[in-house]
Amino acid sequence: MAFVKGFGRFWYDFIVGDDWKIAAAITTVLAISALLVANDAFGDTWLVVVGAVGIVVGFVTSLVLDVRMH
Amino acid sequence: MGSGAIWGLVAATFVASFVEFVEAFTIVLAMGMTRSWRSALAGTAVALVALVAFTVVAGYALVSWLPESALQLAIGTLLLIFGLQWLRKAILRSSGLKALHDEEQEFREQAEAARLAGNETRFGLDWFSFVVSFKGVFLEGVEVVFIVITFGLNADNVPLAAVGAAAAGAIVLIAGAIAHRPLANVPENTLKYGVGLLLATFGTFWAVEGLGVFRDGGESLEWPGGDLALLGLLAGWLVLSRLLVRAVPGIARTPRAPSSLPVSAIEEV
Repeated sequence: MAFVKGFGRFWYDFIVGDDWKIAAAITTVLAISALLVANDAFGDTWLVVVGAVGIVVGFVTSLVLDVRMH
Repeated sequence: MGSGAIWGLVAATFVASFVEFVEAFTIVLAMGMTRSWRSALAGTAVALVALVAFTVVAGYALVSWLPESALQLAIGTLLLIFGLQWLRKAILRSSGLKALHDEEQEFREQAEAARLAGNETRFGLDWFSFVVSFKGVFLEGVEVVFIVITFGLNADNVPLAAVGAAAAGAIVLIAGAIAHRPLANVPENTLKYGVGLLLATFGTFWAVEGLGVFRDGGESLEWPGGDLALLGLLAGWLVLSRLLVRAVPGIARTPRAPSSLPVSAIEEV
């Protein structure tokens, strides 16, 4: 059990790191973008722009939250 | 692939891997000098074997089972999260809200933890230095693997990317063996800022391209301008990060936040 916990902890630390908000923001943005892609909401160019802008907005939001929470 | 692109690929993987090797080296050095060289080197050796096994299995699984767009999405998302974590720390450091990373300090902390740890022995090894060395080398090594895969696949030359990473590892080892102390003179904070920008750039490019896996046919999305979009993304992340360096202290000083962010409140790398 300790091994499983340690294994899980290792990968959590590796992937999520010490600020979970960034991982949460990026996952959320990519999930929303995936929905837009699956529904063929726009052409390639606009999908790419929306995805990239979403990533930037997600990062800025998580950073601002991080600074304010500390 | 022109010679400029070749040198660019080698330089990118070299720099990105270099900082990872310096961190792993500091951990092993602290364990070796304060507890047991034999156990620290055994931990390093086992981590390297595990790393090779991980690379072979993960690489085979990724390339054999995943379509190209899914591979781009998976690797791109991981890189994006790593890159933005690095960029966050670089922004906080540049704005004075977080202490600069210092390998001497990191070494002192690791050495102090080693002195306070118990004396458990397993398989004839000092278990603390074995485990800490193993985790340090494996963790930093997996990041190097992802860096090599991403830069290598993007330039269609994984072996050359691996050469860049191997050169970085060799130089850190040689410099460390000669100096026999933490490599504190490396401009690590600047390098990490640059690597954060590179990882965020490639991560954004690949993760967004890979979203094409969710449409009929599963073909990758196309960036306007193709690979040239990477330059635009790099410039965009650089400008954004400089703007945030200026803006973040003001955000920290607003009435809803403490008057200044304690350095200790945010974790060290």
